[in-house]
Order: sequence, then structure tokens, then C-alpha cells
Amino acid sequence: MTAPVMYEPLVPRVGGHRNRRVVDGVWIGLLGISILIILAILVLILGNIFWHGAGTVSWAFLTEPPRDGLTAGGIFPAIVGTAALVILMSIAAVPLGVATAVYLHEYTPHEGPKLAWERFKVSEGRRGRIKLLLRFLSAALATVARSAVANLAGVPSIVFGLFGLGFFIQFVGGGMDRMFYPDGQVVWNQGSLLWAALTLALLTLPTVIVATEEALRTVPPDQREASLALGATQWETIRRVVLPASLPGIFTGGILGVSRGAGEVAPILFTGAAYYLPYLPQKVSDQFMHLGYHVYILSTQSPDVDATMPLLYGTVFVLLVLTFLLNLAGVLLRSRTRSRLR
Amino acid sequence: MAAIDMKVKERPERRLTEMQEGKTPKIEVRDFDFYYSQNQVLHKVTLDVPEKEVTALIGPSGCGKSTFLRSLNRMNDTIAGTRVEGTVTIDGVEIYQPGVDVVALRRRVGMVFQKSNPFPKSVYENVAYGLRIGGIRDRSVLDEVVERSLQRAALWEEVRDRLNTSALSLSGGQQQRLCIARALAVDPEILLMDEPASALDPIATQKIEELIYQLKDNYTIVIVTHNMQQAARVSDRTAFFMLGKLVEVGDTNTMFMTPKEKLTEDYITGRFG
Repeated sequence: MTAPVMYEPLVPRVGGHRNRRVVDGVWIGLLGISILIILAILVLILGNIFWHGAGTVSWAFLTEPPRDGLTAGGIFPAIVGTAALVILMSIAAVPLGVATAVYLHEYTPHEGPKLAWERFKVSEGRRGRIKLLLRFLSAALATVARSAVANLAGVPSIVFGLFGLGFFIQFVGGGMDRMFYPDGQVVWNQGSLLWAALTLALLTLPTVIVATEEALRTVPPDQREASLALGATQWETIRRVVLPASLPGIFTGGILGVSRGAGEVAPILFTGAAYYLPYLPQKVSDQFMHLGYHVYILSTQSPDVDATMPLLYGTVFVLLVLTFLLNLAGVLLRSRTRSRLR
Repeated sequence: MAAIDMKVKERPERRLTEMQEGKTPKIEVRDFDFYYSQNQVLHKVTLDVPEKEVTALIGPSGCGKSTFLRSLNRMNDTIAGTRVEGTVTIDGVEIYQPGVDVVALRRRVGMVFQKSNPFPKSVYENVAYGLRIGGIRDRSVLDEVVERSLQRAALWEEVRDRLNTSALSLSGGQQQRLCIARALAVDPEILLMDEPASALDPIATQKIEELIYQLKDNYTIVIVTHNMQQAARVSDRTAFFMLGKLVEVGDTNTMFMTPKEKLTEDYITGRFG
């Protein structure tokens, strides 16, 4: 047995250990405080609304229309209007967004236009050159489309509202009325469920596209190879392997986008939301009441502030609950998918 | 590197005459070059693959044997910027000529990958996949083909009671045999295998090897392997690749006992690689 060798420390141990520990503690404390602030704000907002709002919500509140100049009654038309709007918006946004993402991710080159151009420049042979030139153009198109999507996501929602007014109502709606109703009747050239839903769909599109591309990216390449090697075409591979595997991710993204759109007021201000309607919307060319817009109306246009206050809290409460439920559905879907793919 | 490169001599004339008498080649590869962009990874490969035999492709990592294998069913088409020169002929048809139906080609030339890649579907749907995309909906036909394919892949007895459970619940070896069954279900004539047992334990590997031995009665098999013993056990002919060139090809027994090239001998005896 040899005695264990004792090494001298390479760097002489200096003081300051305690000091370093204190600095460590201060930083951890600061980080912790920021979490506390966030939580406090959330609790304050939600607690306030729950405290004041939950009491107002009753079966009658949910199923009756507003009465007495918005100082009494319920919010039934606003709930129906919001639901109809969200459904119409999803029908417009989800298929278009998914199709765009599938094209971008599955049919355009992954190497980016710069590399594609380099490859084209050094290529040989006429057939090969044409193929690589088309590939470069496709890569360039994808890059342009992706940055367009990113920019679309950054546009303020009120601008979407103005666009909806100018494009859908004035241009498309006006054109349709001139074509189908030469006697001067106004059907489409005004705010309606349809135009509001399409405007909101534009707002939701980037979320759906980005989420779908993300979901497609999670499908392992060897799954595609397995399908192609069995003699499937690219479309068959997408339809039978890639889309089923990424469907839950697409659902999640769709729901999160839709829940964001459900609470947006600015885009529907000019495109179809009504101050007060004595009836429910019957067709897509009708105007509608909307929970978010109703909150705005109650808080700014009420003749009797004290009488309106409980209604306002109740409406906000319902809007929040609906949005949370949609988000919860999205999160649950996502976690279920994750566990299933494992 | 350069010194080794110099030693690889071009002897196409001898390789051509090396075909055994009476066997028609299923696949004929002539002066085949393969490029990733500007990077040439296969140089003038000339090789015949006889029908209903097992041909093993061996060689050190990065020698181009997997690229060569994937060239035989044009799987490399899915990679951007690749280019080929020379010819690959299967049953007399040049597969790289314009107008060749790649989808139809891949149905005749099945492939099994290094990492088992079953779809996240049931065992049954995995095997039925190739038929379903072929438009077959008749349940009795599907049932029959699924059963027969699983039997040929020596998996039927193990999964007959759980055809509707997820393929991902099978063991690694079972998953790989499921992938073989899936490839067999579309009734290919040629089966390409890219290191099919490299991720499996010895017992699962043995099962795959026994399976390959049975399958060669009906299929032409080309297998890439890193495992020299495996090549010796399962193959009839062996082709040794190095630095993108075919160094030597011949009857497996002859090649392992008395290799003609010094390089082959060095590799087989484990002096490098």
C-alpha cells in the first residue's frame, strides 16, 4: 500500500467565498422577484375580475339580451355573435394557413435561395441547370412568403380593421352589390359577420402558418423516406404520413390562433360588430354583437355607470373564461400528442 | 489518403468476366459516378448484382456504399443538388433515363433502413400502407397480404394477437422485421438493406440474418453492412468499397479466404477501417 499523494492546490485559496455567495443570493433573489411581480399582476387582474364578475354571471345573464339601454339584462347576443365569428374565422383561416405551411415546408427547397443560387452557378448540363434554376426561384419565393408571413404577424390589429373596411367592404362588397343588386340595394357593402370573420382570419393566419410549419418540422425525415421507399408519391406521403403525425400540433396552433382572434376587437370595429342588435345574426351578411366590443361599449357608452358596472365585470369574466377554455384545449391537445409520440 | 487512392486500380474488364456462369444479373451498374453538388462520392462503379442472391457491400465509413445502395432505387433523388453519371440497369431498363416512373421503380425495389422507422400506426396499418396507397381497399385482400408479409418476415407468430396495437410498442428487433414485412407487402423483386441490424442486439441480429437467408429464395438482396462476420454469414457475393471506388467484388467465400487486392485483405483482417 502506498500512501495517497496529497496535491497542493494549484491556485492558492483566497478569501471572498462568502462575498460570492452573497452576490449569488442577490441575483437569485432579483430573478425570483420578477416572477413574483408577474404572478402578482396576474392575480390582481384575474382576482379583481373574478371577485366582481362571477357574482353577476347567472343563467339569465347568459341567455337574455341586454335591456334598458344596456343597463340591465344579459349578453346572449354577444356570446352567439362571438361564437359565430370565431367559427367562420376558423373555417377561413385554418385550411388556408395549413395549405400555405404545407407548401412552404414540403414543396419548397430547404437550403435557402443563397445556397440554391450557388449550386445553380456551378451546375453543368442543360437539364440540370434548368432544374436548379427553378429550385432557386422556388427557394426565393419561399423566403419572400415567409418574411411576408412574419411581417403580417407584426401589423397592428387596427390596421387589419382598416384593411377589412377598405378591401372587403368597399372593394369586394361594393363590387358584389353593383353586380348582384343593380337597383341600389346594400347587402354586402356594409359591415357583416362574413367580412369581420375574413378580416380576423387574416390576423390569425400567421399564427396558424407558423404553428403548422413547426408541427411539420417535428415529423422525422425517416418517416417520409419510409413512405417514399414504399412507392408513395410526395402527396401521398404528406397526406398519409406527414399530416396525420402533425395534426395535433396543427390543431394546437389553430386553437391558440383562434383564441387570440376571439378576443380581438380592433379588426371588427369597422367590419361588422354592432353596438346593439335586438336580434341574433341570421345570415353571414348580418351584423353581430361581440363580447369584446360589448365590453368597450359598456365601459364607454353607458348612460348609467353604476348600473352598468356589474354587467361589465360579468362580460369580461365570460370573455376571459371562453378564451381560457380555448387555450386549455390547445395545451391539453399538445400534451396528449407529446405523450402519444413518445 | 492519396497513397491508398493510387492503389485502387481500374479493372472493369475483369469484374465483368467475374460473373458466375448461368446467372443473369438483375442489376447492372456501369461506370456509375455520383456527386453531391461538386463533391464526387462514387467513381466509375461497375458492378453486377445476380438475381436471387445476397450481395453484401462492405467498406469503411464514408466509402460511398450507402450512397450506392440508395442509388439503386433513386432514393437520393430526395436530396438536393445530387447528380449521377453512368448507368444503372434493372431487368434491362436504365433507371436514370428520362421518363422513368420513380414511384413504380420503388415499388419493385424495396428498402429497409438502418434505423427501424415504422409509422406511428398499428402493426396492421404499417404493413398495409403500401397496398393502401396502391389503391387496394378490399379488406380480405389486405388481411391476407398483411398475414403473408408478416409470416415472410418471421414476425407473424409474435404479433398475430396484437395487430391493432401501435407498432411503436414492439421491440427494436420486431420493429425492424415489421419494416421488412412492410417492404415485402408491395411485392418487390429487389430488397435493399442499409445496415439493417446495426442497432440491434445479437439475438435480434441473428433473427434478421436468418430471415435474409430465407428471403433470398424469392428476392434479390443487396445489403450494406459494417460487420464483416455478417457479410461472410449472409451473403453470396461481396463488394468492397473504398473512397468511393469499388475495389473488389467476388464470391464471398473466395473473397474472405483469398482476396485478390491487398487493400481488401487489410480491411477484412481488420488492419484498418
